[in-house]
Amino acid sequence: MVKVDVTPARLAGEPLVAFEHVSCAYGSSTVIDAVDFAIIPGEFVGIVGPSGSGKTTVLRALLGALAPVHGKVHRKAGLRLAYVPQLETVDWNFPVTVREVVSMSRPSRSWWPRTTPAEIREIDDVLERLGLGGLANRHIRELSGGQQQRVFLARALVQKPDLLVLDEPTAGVDVRTRHEVLHVLADLNESTPDGDGVAIVLTTHDLNGLAAHLPRVICFNRTVIADGSPNEVLRPYFLERTYGAPMEVLQHGGMPVVVEHGADDLRERLSRRGA
Amino acid sequence: MVPTTSASALVAGVPDVLAVDLSEPFQYEFFRNGLVIATLAGALCGLIGVFVVLRNMSYIGHGLSHAIFGGAALAAVLELNYFIGAGLWGLASGLMIGRVARRRIIGADAAIGVITTASFAMGLALQARYGQASRSIDAVLFGNVLGVFPGDIAAVAGVGIFSAAVVVLLYRKLLFTTFDPEVAAVSGVRVPAMEATLMFLLSATILVTVRVIGVLLISALLVLPAVTSRLLTNSFGRMLWLSPVLGALFGGVGMYASWYADVPSGAVIILCGTAAFIVAYVSVGVRRRARVAGLDHHSGPALTTG
Ligand SMILES: Nc1ncnc2c1ncn2[C@@H]1O[C@H](COP(=O)(O)OP(=O)(O)OP(=O)(O)O)[C@@H](O)[C@H]1O
Ligand SMILES: [Mg+2]
Repeated sequence: MVKVDVTPARLAGEPLVAFEHVSCAYGSSTVIDAVDFAIIPGEFVGIVGPSGSGKTTVLRALLGALAPVHGKVHRKAGLRLAYVPQLETVDWNFPVTVREVVSMSRPSRSWWPRTTPAEIREIDDVLERLGLGGLANRHIRELSGGQQQRVFLARALVQKPDLLVLDEPTAGVDVRTRHEVLHVLADLNESTPDGDGVAIVLTTHDLNGLAAHLPRVICFNRTVIADGSPNEVLRPYFLERTYGAPMEVLQHGGMPVVVEHGADDLRERLSRRGA
Repeated sequence: MVPTTSASALVAGVPDVLAVDLSEPFQYEFFRNGLVIATLAGALCGLIGVFVVLRNMSYIGHGLSHAIFGGAALAAVLELNYFIGAGLWGLASGLMIGRVARRRIIGADAAIGVITTASFAMGLALQARYGQASRSIDAVLFGNVLGVFPGDIAAVAGVGIFSAAVVVLLYRKLLFTTFDPEVAAVSGVRVPAMEATLMFLLSATILVTVRVIGVLLISALLVLPAVTSRLLTNSFGRMLWLSPVLGALFGGVGMYASWYADVPSGAVIILCGTAAFIVAYVSVGVRRRARVAGLDHHSGPALTTG
């Protein structure tokens, strides 16, 4: 593992979560091995890696849904975590409205399950903030992809988390929706006079559209390959070690742009066939 | 001697088909009792059925009722109290099924099949051998609304009130667990406890209602009100009260109709529910098609939103 950079700012503050040499396994096959990293308050971290590299497994270990076989996941005492799962795992035929989804994660205040007026106001506030105002009584299927993503984000936010964990929040959505989701996350992450921003950890397959915009990126494949700013870690050496294929990195407006070469020979083959 | 004798045939001297006095059956206490217990059983099955349907547990319900039949037969032969014998037996099977189903390994279905069918077969064997001695075995098999045992109404009402209280008190946790168990678990919901609670409620429901409806029809009464109400609403909260209301209607109307139809009440109750389901299914389909046809004017929600 190559630790690229740990800036002093990143060392400040007690970590919310720290992985100490964590290994996890399903049955007898180890899928993540000797993972070390820490997340401090207010951070915004993207984990990138190929399919099957263990990104979701890292998140499950982080959340405590999966116990490590070696090492330890340290969580700050009293840490409030909220999880936004991959949309593909949601049962879209389930009879729930937007308001029901958002309220289910909150412990009810009274013995009667009905949402109280105060609670409805609070939920509507979050919905409004995420641009979902007026959709509270819709069934979750009757929404666009970006709105669906934000409903589950809203469910996580009403738990008032210190750390928000999202698994592939932009998988299968179009460019506009991706921007929408990213902007909402950036707003949440930003500190306001009322308090610190929410720390965010997400996984993504999208190097250029998402990872390159984040302050910190972890290249992951079974273990941490590189950890640092996009300019530091989105480099051919680390990318090849992460994805197992050579990649070229260009600079565009001060940001790295990753170019895959795997498709070059494909284009050649296909154009030959067309000729 | 058929245990599923229709109501009117039980009453000596009542002219069968010609009876058109609509209040006539109410003269008989056994009918009034039957009507009450069928309505209560329908409501209870409707409530628990919501979870059965949404958690894809209908096969488990089907299996549990078969397992309870074995327990009931054993209890009858050993002259144990039905609720104790069948209850313990059902609980043991339920826990075993729950454990197997939670692991989601291949063969869970088959394991349920083995556990419950073995139990059912044992019941059948005991019935063949000692059936004469104990009519209550037959009652469990086919259901017998009119031969309601003293205490049966109290048992159904008790389990009904208890279940409703649990569902109200644990509403959000049960919803979260049912909709999204993994996220529920990381949000601090004790998912295994919730699952065990649902399993317990299902077992208790089947235990007290199976003698009314019968092993062979109980899983239909668990499913019909829930799927019918699912067609009528997209909200979990609304489904949770609509389904018991429908279940009660199926039970009450079916019971009443069975008096005049001269057909075993369990069958009429299920046919009532099936008819309601078909009506809901067709009318919802018509509405949906009308909406698609009218997209130009009032577009479907999926299209109005960006
Ligand atoms: N529940 C499970 N049981 C057994 N193996 C699993 C389970 N979940 C994941 N795996 C295996 O663990 C490895 C890592 O899976 P994981 O889901 O963490 O990858 P990922 O990086 O999230 O992939 P993707 O980008 O496709 O979501 C894979 O090889 C996968 O097959
Ligand atoms: Mg994944």
